[in-house]
Amino acid sequence: MLTLEWESEGLQTVGIVVIICASLKLLHLLGLIDFSEDSVEDELEMATVRHRPEALELLEAQSKFTKKELQILYRGFKNECPSGVVNEDTFKEIYSQFFPQGDSTTYAHFLFNAFDTDHNGAVSFEDFIRGLSILLRGTVQEKLNWAFNLYDINKDGYITKEEMLDIMKAIYDMMGKCTYPVLKEDAPRQHVETFFQKMDKNKDGVVTIDEFIESCQKDENIMRSMQLFENVI
Amino acid sequence: MAAGVAAWLPFARAAAIGWMPVANCPMPLAPTDKNKRQDELIVLNVSGRRFETWRTTLERYPDTLLGSTEKEFFFNEDTKEYFFDRDPEVFRCVLNFYRTGKLHYPRYECISAYDDELAFYGILPEIIGDCCYEEYKDRKRENAERLQDDLDSENNQESMPSLSFRQTMWRAFENPHTSTMALVFYYVTGFFIAVSVITNVVETVPCGTVPGSKELPCGERYSVAFFCLDTACVMIFTVEYLLRLFAAPSRYRFIRSVMSIIDVVAIMPYYIGLVMTNNEDVSGAFVTLRVFRVFRIFKFSRHSQGLRILGYTLKSCASELGFLLFSLTMAIIIFATVMFYAEKGSSASKFTSIPASFWYTIVTMTTLGYGDMVPKTIAGKIFGSICSLSGVLVIALPVPVIVSNFSRIYHQNQRADKRRAQKKARLARIRVAKTGSSNAYLHSKRNGLLNEALELMGTPEEAHVGKTTSLIESQHHHLLHCLEKTTNHEFIDEQMYEQNCLESSMQNYPSTRSPSLSSHQGLTTTCCSRRSKKTTHLPNSNLPATRLRSMQELSTIHIQGSEQPSLTTSRSSLNLKADDGLRPNCKTSQITTAIISIPTPPALTPEGESRPPPASPGPNTNIPAIASNVVKVSAL
Repeated sequence: MLTLEWESEGLQTVGIVVIICASLKLLHLLGLIDFSEDSVEDELEMATVRHRPEALELLEAQSKFTKKELQILYRGFKNECPSGVVNEDTFKEIYSQFFPQGDSTTYAHFLFNAFDTDHNGAVSFEDFIRGLSILLRGTVQEKLNWAFNLYDINKDGYITKEEMLDIMKAIYDMMGKCTYPVLKEDAPRQHVETFFQKMDKNKDGVVTIDEFIESCQKDENIMRSMQLFENVI
Repeated sequence: MAAGVAAWLPFARAAAIGWMPVANCPMPLAPTDKNKRQDELIVLNVSGRRFETWRTTLERYPDTLLGSTEKEFFFNEDTKEYFFDRDPEVFRCVLNFYRTGKLHYPRYECISAYDDELAFYGILPEIIGDCCYEEYKDRKRENAERLQDDLDSENNQESMPSLSFRQTMWRAFENPHTSTMALVFYYVTGFFIAVSVITNVVETVPCGTVPGSKELPCGERYSVAFFCLDTACVMIFTVEYLLRLFAAPSRYRFIRSVMSIIDVVAIMPYYIGLVMTNNEDVSGAFVTLRVFRVFRIFKFSRHSQGLRILGYTLKSCASELGFLLFSLTMAIIIFATVMFYAEKGSSASKFTSIPASFWYTIVTMTTLGYGDMVPKTIAGKIFGSICSLSGVLVIALPVPVIVSNFSRIYHQNQRADKRRAQKKARLARIRVAKTGSSNAYLHSKRNGLLNEALELMGTPEEAHVGKTTSLIESQHHHLLHCLEKTTNHEFIDEQMYEQNCLESSMQNYPSTRSPSLSSHQGLTTTCCSRRSKKTTHLPNSNLPATRLRSMQELSTIHIQGSEQPSLTTSRSSLNLKADDGLRPNCKTSQITTAIISIPTPPALTPEGESRPPPASPGPNTNIPAIASNVVKVSAL
């Protein structure tokens, strides 16, 4: 009799222990209590890329700017991008501030690719200076070269109609909606046609660098407007 | 334009070379930097504390005091510095704004002092950065409320503008302290609510015995008296409800509001009781209805602000309360089940079923411990103790959390709503600023070209027509102008655009032989023939005079027939004076093109230049022969 009682009590005790462990496990599963010390902290934000440009003398030698001009340029650059590089989003944002009426993101994208010569997704101060040096202090040949590089989206040495159409659409996008006269759907395409008529000498549907430079050098307007921004800095 | 962006303007202009090969038209000339100063350090002495910065830093914001020529008023010749007799602490924030483009609001600063300083330096408080904007607005609102309170207490004796009877009644209901009648009404209703509640309570108190029967509650002993009291209260409540309904500005919304529902629920039982006779079968339901009379106590919430706030906070923390309830229910079910099975073995156990154990669990977990049900087995006792311990945790812990959640969520909701409201306003302001900048461009376009033309012509005395734009602005406008030339389209503002859409949609106009009808096609091909093209039709000359912003006024140029090639303009006389002088100069043909094709700025007239109407044949030689009927030209 006693054994029976003890048996039942013993079974009960075992049952109690089992249930307690199960409930503890349940609470652990619910995350209310922690057994191990494996607290995983949130990963720190990816460290921002930092970049320091080359020495001033080196940049002066590489580009056609004077030291003072480089100083002024760098101050502006660093103010806007303290980390030392511009990524595409910042670039688009900066560029869109100049064109409040339209959407300049597409053109900014092409421009970014033109400036980012080493294609690492960020424009550092050296890239910036290299580009500006060509645009502001370069020879007409260099400038035309740069423009060709801008238009040639896939950098294969040929400007196709599709590439030109993309560029043209991006430029027209910057105008926005409220223009006079009203912007037609095919205005970019027409413009591309005009462009190709002028530039594509052998009518093979693509414009090579030589055709481009040759046609531009023949056009008075273009030659004159290339000199327009000489005194920007 | 934003701060650092001004530093990127050279880059944007340089990148404009990418448009050059694509453009078909010649580009406008770049603005020259007349007095090209080297970037120099300037010293700002603010009450003795010296700040130094580059000149170009300050010139980023040309419409503020420090960025414009206004600071020259503060230039001290002897010490060669700019002296400001103002607070240097706030000036630190202001100068940081120029440096970083973000304006911060220091928390320790008094709001009105800060506002004064910003107003002095010509900076709009709206550009305070997101990090500090909320704090600023909060403090500002507090300040405004304080001022408003002061003002109100001053103006209490002033007479209000006459409202309609209905509006006065509504105001009296909502704010009892506005007039004595309202106050009387407020107290009377409060009194009757109290009377009604007390009668409901006293009705049930046993009142002493009528000899020969058992103890009666007062309600049955003095039933007539109680009935009269009840009737009186209900009548007052009904009258009040109807009056409110009459006075409410929006009856539908009033009917749906909580207070009116409470009112209805409070008085309905009485009327239902009147309607229903004393049938025995429905009197049970009737008795239940009487319970609703206790809702009259909620009518007090009109009289008590605290009650309303409590109700609101409960409503807003409903999710937290729901969670508490849910976790309690979970715990109750678990423990009840466990206790039931633990006590199943013992004889004469009170834990007959799991629902029966619910009562034990609730009583134990809330630490009430009535003692009507106690476990007898060891297992039962162990689980009972675990139950009571966890009851303390489950109930006691969330309650402070909920209480703090109350205030947190409450404030958060407020802040989120505030932020949302502010965001809309801020976006609107930003949009206005953006259109402002594009309008500034359109405006300056006309002014700027005018300036250039006049400079080339060499009449320096007229060269400063209109406000002189800063160099950065003129460079920016030049950039936008180059874009226009590249694409052969012009920037116009929204209203003009819509008007044009309207015009083009009613294009079926008997065309006079103006060469401009080919405008839409022609413009894209030959922009340079635009000199003749600006003769578009006006469908009617009764253009909406309502669009009277300075930019939108259409000037009309009457071009009479070629026999009298006199170009009388209402506003463009300054242009024509330029034309006269420019005719022999072959370079100017380009300029003339520009001038005529660009709309004449109506804003020039307020600038106060008097215009002698010239009668010059001018460049009409370029304009092909037009029919002799007068064609109104919208110089858009």
